[in-house]
Amino acid sequence: MASSISRNNSQRPSEEFSPNVEQRERVGKIFEIIFLIGLSIGLVVLAVLVFDVLKDGLGRLLTPGFLTGTPSRFADQGGIRPAIFGSILLGGLVMLIAVPIGVGAALYLEEYAPKAWWTDVIEINVSNLAGVPSIVYGLLGLGVFNYLLNFGPALLSGAFTLSLLSLPVIIVTAREAIRAVPDSLRQASYGLGTTKWQTVWNHVLPYAVPGILTGVIISVSRAIGDAASLIVVGAVSFLTFNPGLFQRFMALPIQIYTYITRPEPGFSNAAAASIIVLLLLILVLNGGAIYLRQRFSRFK
Amino acid sequence: MQNTNFSDQFNRESIGSLEKHASDDIQEKIIEALLFGCALISVFTTFGIVFIIFRVTFDFFKEVSLAQFFLDTKWTPLFAQKHFGIWPLINGTFLTTAIAMLVAIPLGLCSAIYLAEYASPKAAAILRPAVELLAGVPTVVYGYFALLFVTPVLRLFLPLEIFNALSAGLMMGIMISPTVGSISLDAIQSVPRSLREGAYAIGVTKLETIIKVVLPAALSGIAASIILGISRAVGETMTVLIAAGQEPRISLNPFQSVETMTAYMAQISGGDSPRGSANYNTLYAVGAVLFLLTLFLNVVSHWISNRYKEKYD
Repeated sequence: MASSISRNNSQRPSEEFSPNVEQRERVGKIFEIIFLIGLSIGLVVLAVLVFDVLKDGLGRLLTPGFLTGTPSRFADQGGIRPAIFGSILLGGLVMLIAVPIGVGAALYLEEYAPKAWWTDVIEINVSNLAGVPSIVYGLLGLGVFNYLLNFGPALLSGAFTLSLLSLPVIIVTAREAIRAVPDSLRQASYGLGTTKWQTVWNHVLPYAVPGILTGVIISVSRAIGDAASLIVVGAVSFLTFNPGLFQRFMALPIQIYTYITRPEPGFSNAAAASIIVLLLLILVLNGGAIYLRQRFSRFK
Repeated sequence: MQNTNFSDQFNRESIGSLEKHASDDIQEKIIEALLFGCALISVFTTFGIVFIIFRVTFDFFKEVSLAQFFLDTKWTPLFAQKHFGIWPLINGTFLTTAIAMLVAIPLGLCSAIYLAEYASPKAAAILRPAVELLAGVPTVVYGYFALLFVTPVLRLFLPLEIFNALSAGLMMGIMISPTVGSISLDAIQSVPRSLREGAYAIGVTKLETIIKVVLPAALSGIAASIILGISRAVGETMTVLIAAGQEPRISLNPFQSVETMTAYMAQISGGDSPRGSANYNTLYAVGAVLFLLTLFLNVVSHWISNRYKEKYD
């Protein structure tokens, strides 16, 4: 090895070594552009998607009765009120059920849990649950809430199923937020002689709220957009009344799916219009969360 | 370094003793028990999934033999001539997943590299959440777009069936690219600066540093992100249900309609097979295969990413 290098050196005068920096930098520039294009493709697709949905759906969305009516057999009639109510109810229930449980679990794991093998088991278990497909949660919901607890294919079954689906994301993000709370805050609180729970409730939680909210929003938006688990639990595609807790139910993603699968022309526009409503709902949710986050971050 | 470690340790110990003093209270104990209960729910969820799925799957295999399930090449549980060979469904899942990953891996890696190495902090602060928006769009919307926009456009120059694996796979790839991207980004960002500076010091260009130093150093994190992406694609339902169709067949032709495991599960749930029949129990048998497959992929991904974390901590 060494001999070959020295031979090369002796054969070539050092002036002839050309690092070709310009050409290499040019290749580098080209690749920078390729990376940027790779990043942009998704965004371009998203823009085209939004444009396409608006183009197909806006007209139908603005027809009178679309937001306030009940579904109809005819593409250009009827509305999606039961689906909107279903989605809002489901989203609200998921927040009521999954957020306290998720934050509670996160608090336990971060603040209380001793270092032991079984806390590791809980941790690994949470991260594995985050990767279980939505439709498998549907099977769980079907088995536990529909049959075991005898709710049947009711809104409550859907809400519990979506709550279980949302829990892992809430737990993981809430833990990160709680972990980021500086220890000095806890020490100061203990220094005043508070109990553990007083410290957690009055100091740790308020400080962690902005981070927790991020996780809550991600997971609740996902729950509102989820259709696969609700199909298995037994959401219906046609309702003429607003769903109640113990009744059969619809949700916007289910409504969209049904509209897409109807072969008659015109239903695809209804699907697009429903998609606009669903995306707006998610947008409002995210906007609300950003507003709350900014309010709460004044605590810092 | 040593000093801060000591004071850290000291802080933790002092907090520990204060906690002990503070938690000698019944109310405190009740609260702790409640929070423990919250944490236990995740464990119950797992037990629930395993119990529910495998109990019915067990019933299913009393009627249909493992050989019929794993050796037959036809899947026609709803026809008069019943076949219960899972392979057509696995074929469909594999085909759409492969197409999705052909899109998601390059797009995810490009965005991770650009965000980590090229973008200014300001640009990255805007671009990263923008890219992650892709993961937040409901999957039924991607299904709509695949069936009613992508397929008609591709049909202008490709002999596609109306329902086909290609459109569904392409959209799934776009949807999954942020998953691959954000985990790869974390891996790339955790490559120590000193490695890059070492490369620059010997006169290597930025691109060469990225390809020959940064990416190999981040390889295990990138591998973990890809496997997690595969797991997402395998479990994704609505896009393939809407755009890839419901024709279980063994074929690698992306222009044809296929049926994935998830699409079949959605189909049978919406159908009217009576509960308890072998037809209906296929829902659980296929669910069991899907669950085990995604669990395996998640565990492998987790294992790989844990290994790389140890390297730089």
